[in-house]
Amino acid sequence: MEMRKVLYSKLCDFMSYDKSIVVINADLAKAAGLSDLVKKFPDRCFNVGVAEQNMASIAAGLSSYGMNPFIFTFTPFATRRICDQVAVSICYAKQNVKIFGLDPGIAAENNGGTHMSFEDVGIMRSMPSMSIFEPCDDIQLEKSMRQVIDFRGPLYVRMFRKETPRVFDDEYEFNLFSADLIRSGEDVSIFCTGILVYECIKAYEILKEKGISAEIINVHTLKPLDENSVISSMRKTRCAVCAENHNRYGGLFSAVSEVASGSFPVPIKSVSVNDEFGQVGNLDFLKNYYGLTCDHVVNSAMEVIKKRV
Amino acid sequence: MELSDICRKIRRDIVFQIGTFGVGHIGGSLSIVEILAVLYSKYMRFDPKSCKKVGRDRLVLSKGHAGPALYATLCNFGFFDRSLLSTLNRPNTSLPSHCDMNKTPGVDMTAGSLGQGLSCAVGMSLASKLKGDGASIYSIIGDGESQEGQIWEAAMFAAHQKLGNLFVFLDYNGAQIDGLTSDVCSIDPICEKWNAFGWHTLFVEDGNSCKQIDEAISESKKFKGKPHMIIAKTIKGFGISFIEKDIANNHSMKISKEQMALAFKELGEV
Repeated sequence: MEMRKVLYSKLCDFMSYDKSIVVINADLAKAAGLSDLVKKFPDRCFNVGVAEQNMASIAAGLSSYGMNPFIFTFTPFATRRICDQVAVSICYAKQNVKIFGLDPGIAAENNGGTHMSFEDVGIMRSMPSMSIFEPCDDIQLEKSMRQVIDFRGPLYVRMFRKETPRVFDDEYEFNLFSADLIRSGEDVSIFCTGILVYECIKAYEILKEKGISAEIINVHTLKPLDENSVISSMRKTRCAVCAENHNRYGGLFSAVSEVASGSFPVPIKSVSVNDEFGQVGNLDFLKNYYGLTCDHVVNSAMEVIKKRV
Repeated sequence: MELSDICRKIRRDIVFQIGTFGVGHIGGSLSIVEILAVLYSKYMRFDPKSCKKVGRDRLVLSKGHAGPALYATLCNFGFFDRSLLSTLNRPNTSLPSHCDMNKTPGVDMTAGSLGQGLSCAVGMSLASKLKGDGASIYSIIGDGESQEGQIWEAAMFAAHQKLGNLFVFLDYNGAQIDGLTSDVCSIDPICEKWNAFGWHTLFVEDGNSCKQIDEAISESKKFKGKPHMIIAKTIKGFGISFIEKDIANNHSMKISKEQMALAFKELGEV
Protein backbone atom coordinates (compact mmCIF):
# COMPACT_ATOMS: atom_id res chain seq x y z
CA MET A 1 0.00 0.00 0.00
CA GLU A 2 1.15 3.57 -0.56
CA MET A 3 2.74 5.02 2.55
CA ARG A 4 0.44 8.05 2.46
CA LYS A 5 -2.60 5.77 2.45
CA VAL A 6 -1.34 4.11 5.60
CA LEU A 7 -0.76 7.54 7.09
CA TYR A 8 -4.29 8.62 6.25
CA SER A 9 -5.81 5.45 7.61
CA LYS A 10 -3.93 5.59 10.92
CA LEU A 11 -4.60 9.30 11.44
CA CYS A 12 -8.29 8.65 10.77
CA ASP A 13 -8.32 5.95 13.42
CA PHE A 14 -6.54 7.96 16.07
CA MET A 15 -8.24 11.29 15.38
CA SER A 16 -11.66 9.71 15.75
CA TYR A 17 -11.15 9.28 19.48
CA ASP A 18 -8.14 11.46 20.32
CA LYS A 19 -9.35 15.04 20.13
CA SER A 20 -5.91 16.46 20.86
CA ILE A 21 -4.52 15.55 17.43
CA VAL A 22 -4.38 18.48 15.02
CA VAL A 23 -3.11 18.15 11.44
CA ILE A 24 -1.64 21.15 9.64
CA ASN A 25 -0.26 21.27 6.15
CA ALA A 26 1.20 23.94 3.88
CA ASP A 27 -0.76 23.49 0.66
CA LEU A 28 0.17 19.82 0.40
CA ALA A 29 -2.91 18.03 1.71
CA LYS A 30 -3.39 16.35 -1.67
CA ALA A 31 0.26 15.39 -2.03
CA ALA A 32 0.27 13.97 1.49
CA GLY A 33 -2.89 11.98 0.77
CA LEU A 34 -4.76 13.85 3.48
CA SER A 35 -7.58 15.46 1.48
CA ASP A 36 -10.16 13.05 2.86
CA LEU A 37 -8.84 13.58 6.37
CA VAL A 38 -9.52 17.30 5.95
CA LYS A 39 -13.09 16.49 4.94
CA LYS A 40 -13.54 14.11 7.84
CA PHE A 41 -12.06 16.35 10.53
CA PRO A 42 -12.48 19.90 9.18
CA ASP A 43 -12.24 21.46 12.63
CA ARG A 44 -8.85 19.86 13.37
CA CYS A 45 -7.20 20.01 9.95
CA PHE A 46 -5.72 23.32 8.86
CA ASN A 47 -4.11 24.39 5.63
CA VAL A 48 -1.93 27.44 6.27
CA GLY A 49 -1.22 27.92 2.58
CA VAL A 50 2.33 28.16 1.33
CA ALA A 51 3.68 29.40 4.66
CA GLU A 52 5.80 26.74 6.32
CA GLN A 53 7.34 29.07 8.90
CA ASN A 54 3.93 30.06 10.13
CA MET A 55 2.91 26.40 10.21
CA ALA A 56 5.81 25.41 12.46
CA SER A 57 5.23 28.16 15.01
CA ILE A 58 1.44 27.69 14.96
CA ALA A 59 2.07 24.05 15.80
CA ALA A 60 4.24 25.13 18.72
CA GLY A 61 1.43 27.36 19.97
CA LEU A 62 -1.07 24.51 19.67
CA SER A 63 1.28 22.21 21.53
CA SER A 64 1.76 24.72 24.34
CA TYR A 65 -2.02 24.57 24.74
CA GLY A 66 -2.02 20.79 25.19
CA MET A 67 -2.78 19.79 21.61
CA ASN A 68 -0.82 17.16 19.67
CA PRO A 69 0.00 18.83 16.34
CA PHE A 70 1.30 17.11 13.20
CA ILE A 71 2.69 19.27 10.40
CA PHE A 72 3.19 18.18 6.80
CA THR A 73 5.26 19.46 3.91
CA PHE A 74 8.07 18.26 1.66
CA THR A 75 11.35 17.44 3.43
CA PRO A 76 13.35 20.52 2.30
CA PHE A 77 10.62 22.83 3.55
CA ALA A 78 10.13 20.85 6.77
CA THR A 79 13.80 21.32 7.61
CA ARG A 80 16.02 23.87 5.89
CA ARG A 81 13.20 26.30 5.13
CA ILE A 82 11.91 26.40 8.71
CA CYS A 83 15.14 25.64 10.50
CA ASP A 84 14.86 28.55 12.94
CA GLN A 85 11.17 27.96 13.70
CA VAL A 86 11.93 24.31 14.43
CA ALA A 87 14.90 25.29 16.57
CA VAL A 88 13.24 28.06 18.60
CA SER A 89 9.44 27.67 18.56
CA ILE A 90 9.54 23.88 18.75
CA CYS A 91 12.81 22.51 20.16
CA TYR A 92 14.03 25.30 22.41
CA ALA A 93 10.49 25.91 23.68
CA LYS A 94 10.22 22.13 24.38
CA GLN A 95 7.08 21.66 22.34
CA ASN A 96 5.52 18.44 21.25
CA VAL A 97 5.31 18.69 17.46
CA LYS A 98 5.48 15.90 14.86
CA ILE A 99 7.11 17.18 11.70
CA PHE A 100 6.41 15.02 8.67
CA GLY A 101 8.81 15.62 5.79
CA LEU A 102 7.57 14.01 2.58
CA ASP A 103 9.62 12.79 -0.37
CA PRO A 104 13.07 12.64 1.21
CA GLY A 105 16.13 12.86 -1.02
CA ILE A 106 15.74 11.24 -4.42
CA ALA A 107 12.07 10.50 -3.73
CA ALA A 108 11.44 14.06 -4.89
CA GLU A 109 12.12 12.67 -8.38
CA ASN A 110 10.91 15.11 -11.04
CA ASN A 111 10.58 18.01 -8.62
CA GLY A 112 14.35 18.07 -8.91
CA GLY A 113 17.15 19.89 -7.12
CA THR A 114 15.11 22.53 -5.31
CA HIS A 115 12.98 19.87 -3.66
CA MET A 116 15.59 17.16 -3.18
CA SER A 117 16.71 17.23 0.43
CA PHE A 118 20.00 15.51 1.04
CA GLU A 119 20.77 17.60 4.11
CA ASP A 120 17.57 17.37 6.15
CA VAL A 121 18.73 14.69 8.58
CA GLY A 122 21.92 16.64 9.22
CA ILE A 123 19.90 19.76 10.02
CA MET A 124 17.48 17.99 12.31
CA ARG A 125 20.10 15.81 13.98
CA SER A 126 21.99 18.90 15.09
CA MET A 127 19.01 20.27 16.99
CA PRO A 128 18.97 19.43 20.70
CA SER A 129 15.96 17.29 21.72
CA MET A 130 14.94 16.44 18.14
CA SER A 131 14.25 12.78 17.33
CA ILE A 132 14.28 11.45 13.77
CA PHE A 133 12.40 8.47 12.39
CA GLU A 134 12.45 7.21 8.79
CA PRO A 135 10.04 4.36 8.01
CA CYS A 136 11.09 2.05 5.19
CA ASP A 137 7.79 0.43 4.21
CA ASP A 138 4.05 0.57 4.78
CA ILE A 139 4.09 -2.08 7.51
CA GLN A 140 6.73 -0.25 9.52
CA LEU A 141 4.83 3.01 9.17
CA GLU A 142 1.59 1.37 10.23
CA LYS A 143 3.15 -0.31 13.24
CA SER A 144 4.92 2.89 14.25
CA MET A 145 1.99 5.29 14.27
CA ARG A 146 0.78 4.53 17.79
CA GLN A 147 4.26 5.26 19.17
CA VAL A 148 4.64 8.32 16.95
CA ILE A 149 1.38 9.75 18.25
CA ASP A 150 2.25 8.99 21.86
CA PHE A 151 5.78 10.37 21.52
CA ARG A 152 6.35 13.52 23.53
CA GLY A 153 8.81 16.06 22.15
CA PRO A 154 9.90 17.18 18.71
CA LEU A 155 9.90 14.32 16.21
CA TYR A 156 10.88 14.50 12.54
CA VAL A 157 9.39 11.75 10.40
CA ARG A 158 11.17 11.46 7.06
CA MET A 159 8.55 9.78 4.94
CA PHE A 160 8.42 8.31 1.45
CA ARG A 161 4.89 8.94 0.14
CA LYS A 162 4.29 6.23 -2.41
CA GLU A 163 4.44 2.45 -2.50
CA THR A 164 7.69 0.82 -1.45
CA PRO A 165 8.89 -2.76 -1.72
CA ARG A 166 7.85 -4.71 1.39
CA VAL A 167 10.53 -5.25 3.98
CA PHE A 168 8.43 -6.39 6.92
CA ASP A 169 5.42 -8.65 7.40
CA ASP A 170 2.43 -8.50 9.70
CA GLU A 171 4.33 -10.23 12.51
CA TYR A 172 6.76 -7.33 12.75
CA GLU A 173 6.96 -5.68 16.15
CA PHE A 174 8.06 -2.06 16.12
CA ASN A 175 9.98 -0.18 18.78
CA LEU A 176 10.80 3.44 18.01
CA PHE A 177 14.07 3.26 19.91
CA SER A 178 15.36 -0.13 18.72
CA ALA A 179 16.96 -0.75 15.36
CA ASP A 180 15.68 -3.83 13.49
CA LEU A 181 17.89 -6.79 12.73
CA ILE A 182 16.76 -7.72 9.21
CA ARG A 183 19.40 -10.34 8.41
CA SER A 184 21.98 -11.76 10.74
CA GLY A 185 25.59 -12.09 9.56
CA GLU A 186 29.23 -12.25 10.59
CA ASP A 187 31.43 -10.48 8.04
CA VAL A 188 30.12 -6.94 7.65
CA SER A 189 27.47 -4.78 9.31
CA ILE A 190 25.23 -2.94 6.88
CA PHE A 191 23.26 -0.17 8.56
CA CYS A 192 20.51 1.24 6.43
CA THR A 193 17.45 3.43 6.52
CA GLY A 194 14.47 4.40 4.34
CA ILE A 195 14.38 3.29 0.74
CA LEU A 196 17.93 1.94 0.99
CA VAL A 197 16.79 -0.91 3.24
CA TYR A 198 15.37 -2.87 0.35
CA GLU A 199 18.56 -2.29 -1.68
CA CYS A 200 20.55 -3.67 1.22
CA ILE A 201 18.37 -6.79 1.40
CA LYS A 202 19.10 -7.36 -2.29
CA ALA A 203 22.78 -6.75 -1.57
CA TYR A 204 22.64 -9.37 1.19
CA GLU A 205 21.64 -12.03 -1.34
CA ILE A 206 24.38 -11.01 -3.78
CA LEU A 207 26.98 -11.03 -1.03
CA LYS A 208 25.74 -14.40 0.15
CA GLU A 209 26.39 -15.83 -3.31
CA LYS A 210 29.91 -14.50 -3.01
CA GLY A 211 30.33 -16.28 0.29
CA ILE A 212 30.04 -13.10 2.40
CA SER A 213 27.78 -13.07 5.41
CA ALA A 214 26.34 -9.59 5.87
CA GLU A 215 24.33 -8.36 8.82
CA ILE A 216 21.55 -5.99 7.78
CA ILE A 217 20.27 -3.58 10.41
CA ASN A 218 17.51 -1.10 9.69
CA VAL A 219 18.26 2.04 11.67
CA HIS A 220 14.79 3.51 11.36
CA THR A 221 15.40 5.98 14.16
CA LEU A 222 18.43 8.10 13.33
CA LYS A 223 18.21 10.02 16.57
CA PRO A 224 18.43 8.87 19.26
CA LEU A 225 20.58 6.21 17.62
CA ASP A 226 20.23 2.68 18.96
CA GLU A 227 23.90 2.67 19.94
CA ASN A 228 23.81 -0.77 21.54
CA SER A 229 22.63 -2.47 18.36
CA VAL A 230 25.12 -0.56 16.23
CA ILE A 231 28.12 -1.21 18.46
CA SER A 232 27.33 -4.85 19.21
CA SER A 233 27.03 -5.58 15.50
CA MET A 234 30.32 -3.85 14.74
CA ARG A 235 32.03 -5.72 17.58
CA LYS A 236 31.04 -8.89 15.79
CA THR A 237 31.84 -7.91 12.19
CA ARG A 238 34.58 -5.29 12.77
CA CYS A 239 33.55 -3.28 9.70
CA ALA A 240 30.45 -1.53 8.44
CA VAL A 241 28.61 0.08 5.57
CA CYS A 242 26.02 2.82 6.06
CA ALA A 243 23.43 3.15 3.29
CA GLU A 244 21.12 6.14 3.12
CA ASN A 245 19.21 8.41 0.78
CA HIS A 246 21.04 11.48 2.08
CA ASN A 247 24.28 13.40 1.81
CA ARG A 248 27.25 11.56 3.33
CA TYR A 249 27.58 14.49 5.76
CA GLY A 250 25.18 14.67 8.67
CA GLY A 251 23.07 11.55 8.21
CA LEU A 252 23.32 7.89 9.15
CA PHE A 253 27.00 7.56 8.17
CA SER A 254 27.85 10.49 10.41
CA ALA A 255 25.73 9.17 13.27
CA VAL A 256 27.25 5.69 13.14
CA SER A 257 30.78 7.06 12.74
CA GLU A 258 30.33 9.33 15.74
CA VAL A 259 29.31 6.40 17.91
CA ALA A 260 32.01 4.11 16.52
CA SER A 261 34.77 6.68 17.04
CA GLY A 262 34.00 6.87 20.74
CA SER A 263 33.30 3.22 21.42
CA PHE A 264 34.63 0.80 18.85
CA PRO A 265 36.42 2.35 15.86
CA VAL A 266 36.22 0.18 12.75
CA PRO A 267 36.41 0.92 9.00
CA ILE A 268 33.06 2.27 7.77
CA LYS A 269 32.09 2.94 4.15
CA SER A 270 29.26 5.20 3.13
CA VAL A 271 26.70 4.50 0.44
CA SER A 272 25.13 7.93 0.13
CA VAL A 273 25.05 11.08 -1.96
CA ASN A 274 28.57 12.41 -2.26
CA ASP A 275 28.00 16.06 -1.32
CA GLU A 276 25.98 16.94 -4.40
CA PHE A 277 22.69 18.67 -5.05
CA GLY A 278 19.72 16.88 -6.53
CA GLN A 279 18.29 16.94 -10.05
CA VAL A 280 15.23 15.75 -11.93
CA GLY A 281 14.85 12.09 -12.81
CA ASN A 282 12.94 8.99 -11.86
CA LEU A 283 13.87 6.90 -8.86
CA ASP A 284 15.89 4.31 -10.78
CA PHE A 285 17.89 6.94 -12.65
CA LEU A 286 18.61 8.83 -9.46
CA LYS A 287 19.57 5.70 -7.52
CA ASN A 288 22.10 4.88 -10.21
CA TYR A 289 23.34 8.43 -10.62
CA TYR A 290 23.99 8.98 -6.92
CA GLY A 291 25.26 5.47 -6.25
CA LEU A 292 22.40 4.24 -4.10
CA THR A 293 21.80 0.77 -5.56
CA CYS A 294 22.33 -2.71 -4.20
CA ASP A 295 25.46 -2.99 -6.35
CA HIS A 296 26.96 0.04 -4.67
CA VAL A 297 26.20 -1.56 -1.30
CA VAL A 298 27.84 -4.81 -2.42
CA ASN A 299 30.97 -3.04 -3.65
CA SER A 300 31.27 -0.99 -0.50
CA ALA A 301 30.85 -4.08 1.65
CA MET A 302 33.57 -5.94 -0.22
CA GLU A 303 35.93 -2.97 -0.01
CA VAL A 304 35.39 -2.36 3.68
CA ILE A 305 35.93 -6.03 4.55
CA LYS A 306 39.43 -5.73 3.07
CA LYS A 307 40.17 -2.83 5.40
CA ARG A 308 39.11 -4.75 8.46
CA VAL A 309 41.85 -5.04 11.08
CA MET B 1 -3.42 50.90 43.12
CA GLU B 2 -3.78 53.44 40.32
CA LEU B 3 -2.71 52.30 36.88
CA SER B 4 -0.21 55.16 36.72
CA ASP B 5 1.42 53.86 39.91
CA ILE B 6 1.53 50.33 38.53
CA CYS B 7 3.28 51.69 35.45
CA ARG B 8 5.79 53.53 37.61
CA LYS B 9 6.48 50.37 39.61
CA ILE B 10 6.98 48.38 36.41
CA ARG B 11 9.29 51.06 35.02
CA ARG B 12 11.33 51.12 38.23
CA ASP B 13 11.69 47.35 38.05
CA ILE B 14 12.74 47.45 34.39
CA VAL B 15 15.44 49.99 35.23
CA PHE B 16 16.43 47.98 38.30
CA GLN B 17 16.89 44.77 36.30
CA ILE B 18 18.85 46.34 33.47
CA GLY B 19 20.75 48.76 35.71
CA THR B 20 21.76 45.95 38.07
CA PHE B 21 23.08 43.90 35.16
CA GLY B 22 24.53 46.97 33.46
CA VAL B 23 23.06 46.66 29.97
CA GLY B 24 19.85 45.55 28.29
CA HIS B 25 16.93 46.17 25.96
CA ILE B 26 15.56 49.13 27.81
CA GLY B 27 13.96 51.26 25.08
CA GLY B 28 11.48 48.66 23.82
CA SER B 29 10.79 47.49 27.38
CA LEU B 30 9.81 50.95 28.57
CA SER B 31 7.60 51.60 25.54
CA ILE B 32 5.19 48.71 26.28
CA VAL B 33 4.65 49.31 30.00
CA GLU B 34 1.16 50.78 29.64
CA ILE B 35 0.03 47.91 27.41
CA LEU B 36 1.21 45.36 29.96
CA ALA B 37 -0.15 47.27 32.95
CA VAL B 38 -3.63 47.62 31.45
CA LEU B 39 -3.73 43.99 30.27
CA TYR B 40 -2.70 42.49 33.59
CA SER B 41 -4.75 44.93 35.67
CA LYS B 42 -8.01 44.90 33.79
CA TYR B 43 -8.30 42.22 31.14
CA MET B 44 -6.25 39.08 31.56
CA ARG B 45 -7.62 36.16 33.55
CA PHE B 46 -4.75 34.49 35.39
CA ASP B 47 -3.76 32.97 38.68
CA PRO B 48 -0.19 33.82 39.70
CA LYS B 49 -0.18 30.89 42.12
CA SER B 50 -1.11 28.50 39.32
CA CYS B 51 0.56 30.03 36.32
CA LYS B 52 -0.12 27.04 34.01
CA LYS B 53 -3.81 26.98 34.83
CA VAL B 54 -5.95 25.53 32.05
CA GLY B 55 -8.26 28.07 30.41
CA ARG B 56 -6.24 31.13 31.45
CA ASP B 57 -5.73 34.04 29.11
CA ARG B 58 -2.26 34.07 27.59
CA LEU B 59 0.23 36.65 26.44
CA VAL B 60 2.93 36.04 23.85
CA LEU B 61 5.56 38.74 23.95
CA SER B 62 6.62 38.18 20.38
CA LYS B 63 9.19 40.97 20.66
CA GLY B 64 10.88 38.73 23.19
CA HIS B 65 13.77 41.09 23.81
CA ALA B 66 11.42 43.18 25.95
CA GLY B 67 11.55 40.40 28.53
CA PRO B 68 12.50 42.79 31.37
CA ALA B 69 9.16 44.60 30.91
CA LEU B 70 7.22 41.35 31.17
CA TYR B 71 9.29 40.18 34.15
CA ALA B 72 8.67 43.45 35.96
CA THR B 73 4.95 43.08 35.28
CA LEU B 74 4.76 39.44 36.31
CA CYS B 75 6.68 40.21 39.51
CA ASN B 76 4.30 43.02 40.40
CA PHE B 77 1.31 40.76 39.78
CA GLY B 78 2.63 38.08 42.13
CA PHE B 79 4.07 35.47 39.79
CA PHE B 80 7.45 35.39 41.51
CA ASP B 81 9.53 36.96 44.22
CA ARG B 82 11.21 40.33 43.75
CA SER B 83 14.58 38.81 44.54
CA LEU B 84 14.63 37.31 41.04
CA LEU B 85 14.75 40.77 39.46
CA SER B 86 18.41 41.20 40.40
CA THR B 87 19.29 38.01 38.51
CA LEU B 88 18.49 39.21 34.96
CA ASN B 89 20.92 37.54 32.56
CA ARG B 90 23.06 36.16 35.39
CA PRO B 91 24.21 32.54 35.07
CA ASN B 92 21.37 30.09 35.85
CA THR B 93 18.81 32.90 36.02
CA SER B 94 15.08 32.43 35.52
CA LEU B 95 15.03 35.78 33.74
CA PRO B 96 16.98 35.55 30.48
CA SER B 97 17.15 38.56 28.16
CA HIS B 98 14.59 36.99 25.82
CA CYS B 99 11.42 35.32 27.11
CA ASP B 100 11.59 31.61 27.91
CA MET B 101 8.40 29.81 28.94
CA ASN B 102 10.40 27.02 30.52
CA LYS B 103 12.34 29.33 32.79
CA THR B 104 10.04 32.10 34.01
CA PRO B 105 6.76 31.59 35.89
CA GLY B 106 3.99 33.33 33.97
CA VAL B 107 5.73 33.48 30.59
CA ASP B 108 3.37 31.73 28.20
CA MET B 109 5.67 31.32 25.20
CA THR B 110 9.34 31.39 24.38
CA ALA B 111 10.13 34.23 21.97
CA GLY B 112 13.09 36.18 20.76
CA SER B 113 13.68 35.06 17.22
CA LEU B 114 11.43 37.73 15.76
CA GLY B 115 8.26 36.93 13.90
CA GLN B 116 7.64 33.56 15.50
CA GLY B 117 5.72 34.59 18.61
CA LEU B 118 2.75 35.92 16.66
CA SER B 119 2.37 32.57 14.88
CA CYS B 120 2.58 30.81 18.25
CA ALA B 121 -0.20 33.10 19.49
CA VAL B 122 -2.23 32.14 16.42
CA GLY B 123 -1.73 28.48 17.36
CA MET B 124 -2.94 29.21 20.90
CA SER B 125 -5.92 31.07 19.53
CA LEU B 126 -6.85 28.07 17.36
CA ALA B 127 -6.39 25.73 20.33
CA SER B 128 -8.59 27.89 22.53
CA LYS B 129 -11.32 27.81 19.88
CA LEU B 130 -11.00 24.03 19.57
CA LYS B 131 -11.24 23.59 23.33
CA GLY B 132 -13.99 26.17 23.66
CA ASP B 133 -12.46 27.55 26.84
CA GLY B 134 -13.31 31.17 26.04
CA ALA B 135 -9.77 32.40 26.62
CA SER B 136 -8.34 35.50 25.03
CA ILE B 137 -4.89 35.35 23.50
CA TYR B 138 -2.81 38.52 23.59
CA SER B 139 0.42 39.25 21.80
CA ILE B 140 2.79 42.20 21.46
CA ILE B 141 4.88 42.60 18.34
CA GLY B 142 7.46 45.22 17.47
CA ASP B 143 7.68 47.53 14.49
CA GLY B 144 11.14 46.30 13.57
CA GLU B 145 9.72 42.81 13.98
CA SER B 146 7.04 43.71 11.44
CA GLN B 147 9.74 43.52 8.77
CA GLU B 148 9.76 39.73 9.26
CA GLY B 149 7.80 37.89 6.58
CA GLN B 150 6.39 35.48 9.14
CA ILE B 151 4.36 38.29 10.73
CA TRP B 152 2.42 38.61 7.51
CA GLU B 153 2.01 34.86 7.11
CA ALA B 154 0.42 34.86 10.55
CA ALA B 155 -1.65 37.94 9.73
CA MET B 156 -3.10 36.33 6.62
CA PHE B 157 -3.92 33.04 8.30
CA ALA B 158 -5.41 34.56 11.49
CA ALA B 159 -7.80 36.65 9.39
CA HIS B 160 -8.67 33.66 7.24
CA GLN B 161 -9.54 31.71 10.38
CA LYS B 162 -11.50 34.68 11.81
CA LEU B 163 -9.64 34.47 15.11
CA GLY B 164 -11.70 36.94 17.10
CA ASN B 165 -10.10 35.83 20.37
CA LEU B 166 -6.68 37.10 19.25
CA PHE B 167 -5.65 40.59 20.38
CA VAL B 168 -2.34 41.87 19.08
CA PHE B 169 -0.56 45.10 19.95
CA LEU B 170 2.00 46.67 17.67
CA ASP B 171 4.50 48.61 19.74
CA TYR B 172 4.84 51.32 17.12
CA ASN B 173 7.77 53.16 18.65
CA GLY B 174 9.45 53.94 15.35
CA ALA B 175 12.92 52.65 16.11
CA GLN B 176 14.95 49.50 15.80
CA ILE B 177 18.55 48.45 16.44
CA ASP B 178 20.10 50.34 13.56
CA GLY B 179 18.01 53.48 13.91
CA LEU B 180 14.60 54.74 12.91
CA THR B 181 12.34 52.20 11.26
CA SER B 182 11.47 54.79 8.62
CA ASP B 183 15.18 54.98 7.70
CA VAL B 184 15.95 51.25 7.84
CA CYS B 185 12.93 49.81 6.05
CA SER B 186 9.62 51.55 6.50
CA ILE B 187 6.64 49.49 7.59
CA ASP B 188 4.17 52.25 6.70
CA PRO B 189 1.35 52.69 5.95
CA ILE B 190 0.90 50.26 8.80
CA CYS B 191 -2.80 50.75 9.60
CA GLU B 192 -3.70 50.23 5.97
CA LYS B 193 -1.61 47.08 5.86
CA TRP B 194 -3.36 45.44 8.81
CA ASN B 195 -6.73 46.55 7.53
CA ALA B 196 -5.91 45.11 4.13
CA PHE B 197 -4.92 41.83 5.78
CA GLY B 198 -8.43 41.60 7.20
CA TRP B 199 -7.84 42.57 10.81
CA HIS B 200 -10.01 44.75 12.99
CA THR B 201 -7.46 47.55 13.32
CA LEU B 202 -7.36 50.42 15.78
CA PHE B 203 -4.77 53.17 16.07
CA VAL B 204 -3.88 54.52 19.49
CA GLU B 205 -2.42 58.01 19.22
CA ASP B 206 -0.71 57.80 22.62
CA GLY B 207 0.26 54.21 23.33
CA ASN B 208 1.81 55.32 26.61
CA SER B 209 -1.57 56.44 27.89
CA CYS B 210 -3.28 53.77 29.98
CA LYS B 211 -6.62 55.42 29.27
CA GLN B 212 -6.18 55.23 25.50
CA ILE B 213 -4.91 51.64 25.63
CA ASP B 214 -7.82 50.67 27.85
CA GLU B 215 -10.33 52.31 25.50
CA ALA B 216 -8.82 50.52 22.50
CA ILE B 217 -9.02 47.09 24.15
CA SER B 218 -12.53 47.81 25.30
CA GLU B 219 -13.50 48.83 21.78
CA SER B 220 -11.85 45.72 20.32
CA LYS B 221 -13.74 43.44 22.65
CA LYS B 222 -17.01 44.66 21.15
CA PHE B 223 -16.02 43.59 17.65
CA LYS B 224 -16.38 39.89 16.82
CA GLY B 225 -15.25 37.70 13.98
CA LYS B 226 -11.84 39.18 13.12
CA PRO B 227 -8.47 39.18 14.85
CA HIS B 228 -7.67 42.48 16.51
CA MET B 229 -4.70 44.72 15.87
CA ILE B 230 -4.11 47.67 18.16
CA ILE B 231 -1.38 49.87 16.77
CA ALA B 232 -0.03 51.78 19.73
CA LYS B 233 2.08 54.80 18.89
CA THR B 234 4.57 54.65 21.70
CA ILE B 235 7.84 56.33 22.62
CA LYS B 236 10.87 54.10 22.83
CA GLY B 237 12.33 54.59 26.28
CA PHE B 238 9.20 56.36 27.54
CA GLY B 239 9.19 57.72 31.07
CA ILE B 240 12.90 58.33 31.60
CA SER B 241 14.13 61.46 29.88
CA PHE B 242 17.77 60.58 29.22
CA ILE B 243 16.74 57.28 27.66
CA GLU B 244 13.87 58.82 25.68
CA LYS B 245 16.23 61.41 24.23
CA ASP B 246 18.46 58.73 22.74
CA ILE B 247 15.77 57.00 20.70
CA ALA B 248 18.11 55.92 17.91
CA ASN B 249 20.40 54.17 20.39
CA ASN B 250 18.21 53.02 23.26
CA HIS B 251 17.25 49.64 21.81
CA SER B 252 19.92 48.12 24.01
CA MET B 253 22.00 50.41 26.17
CA LYS B 254 24.29 50.46 29.14
CA ILE B 255 22.77 51.75 32.35
CA SER B 256 25.25 52.74 35.05
CA LYS B 257 24.47 52.79 38.77
CA GLU B 258 24.41 56.60 38.60
CA GLN B 259 21.95 56.52 35.70
CA MET B 260 19.83 54.02 37.58
CA ALA B 261 19.67 56.43 40.53
CA LEU B 262 18.80 59.28 38.17
CA ALA B 263 16.00 57.23 36.62
CA PHE B 264 14.61 56.27 40.04
CA LYS B 265 14.62 59.93 41.02
CA GLU B 266 12.71 60.88 37.88
CA LEU B 267 10.18 58.08 38.33
CA GLY B 268 9.73 58.83 42.02
CA GLU B 269 8.79 56.49 44.84
CA VAL B 270 5.64 54.39 44.53
